[in-house]
Amino acid sequence: MHELSLMTNLLDAAVNAADGAPICALRVRVGPLSGVVVEALRFAFEALTPGTPAANARLDIEETLPAFHCPHCNMDFSPPALHYECPACGAVDGELRGGDELELIAIEVPDHV
Amino acid sequence: MCETCGCGHPHDSSPAHDAAHAHGHEHSHDHAHDHAPPVRTLNVNQPALALNQRFADQNRGWFRAKALTVFNLLSSPGSGKTTLLERTLCDLPGSAAIVGDLQTENDARRLRASGAQAIQITTGATCHLDAHMVAHVLDKLDTSGLRFLFIENVGNLVCPASYDLGETRRVVLLSVTEGEDKPLKYPVIFRTADLVLVAKCDLAEAVGFDRAQALANIRQAAPKAQMLEISSKTGAGLQNWYAWLRD
Repeated sequence: MHELSLMTNLLDAAVNAADGAPICALRVRVGPLSGVVVEALRFAFEALTPGTPAANARLDIEETLPAFHCPHCNMDFSPPALHYECPACGAVDGELRGGDELELIAIEVPDHV
Repeated sequence: MCETCGCGHPHDSSPAHDAAHAHGHEHSHDHAHDHAPPVRTLNVNQPALALNQRFADQNRGWFRAKALTVFNLLSSPGSGKTTLLERTLCDLPGSAAIVGDLQTENDARRLRASGAQAIQITTGATCHLDAHMVAHVLDKLDTSGLRFLFIENVGNLVCPASYDLGETRRVVLLSVTEGEDKPLKYPVIFRTADLVLVAKCDLAEAVGFDRAQALANIRQAAPKAQMLEISSKTGAGLQNWYAWLRD
């Protein structure tokens, strides 16, 4: 359940960015190779937000696809789970360029604050 | 049309404007809708592990300054990390270990019997080591004559995968008693491995280990990783392990 500590980090970042304002929403990007379970992240959010500026906030999760780059074909590809080989040449040393992220993209705060 | 939510009300009646002036009468507002007050978006773009990454980079700098090669050992509980280190610390001069467990000093005590330095981190309820925990114990290490540092992570095939500790290389163990399909069930951690060690090979026959299937699964989950088969009990394959460490 490292989602609890990861969500703590995301909430800290959100509260910092809100600078005292109540938080209406958090937009979080999660990749399939991040090692994070989205449902566990939502559970952690529900458990951690009461009594914080994010108490009434919405959690918007944007799930990404894995993004690899083949150095031989100079091609970008998004392989299905557990198939990391380049679809053109079959090389397995593709460079991971996305899909392992877990980040707070943005927050929403009331416009009048 | 309300520009905020498209609800059809030609108005500017966000609750927000009430805050700015006195308004001595109640409005009746008895219909249900999801009319949201106007909001503005603030871009943050901060990884959840930003702070861990800072400590990991700091650790990496420290390791480089001390000319240490550092290995992060990951596996499920009971795969044989500590037994492997007991032998490795004896056989490889200039080695030390940092070992993470939820509770007890047992592993560090076992490893100290080799004569090498071993520092225990007890994480309490935390299911992984993070770079900050490692940073905290580095000043306990006597680095004179030290070449190799092993960080034995908390036994767990999920959470430790996400935490860079500043290590030089990452080693994931799969013991033959765990079943051939572990790499497919826990692909995230296997994908990050520089080396996959198939451990407890002396037990392979007794547990009906399907070696070909296991190696194929490792290859699929960790296509870039090197792979070695070892037995800490019999010593089989350990010379290859030591050669990889020195490489």
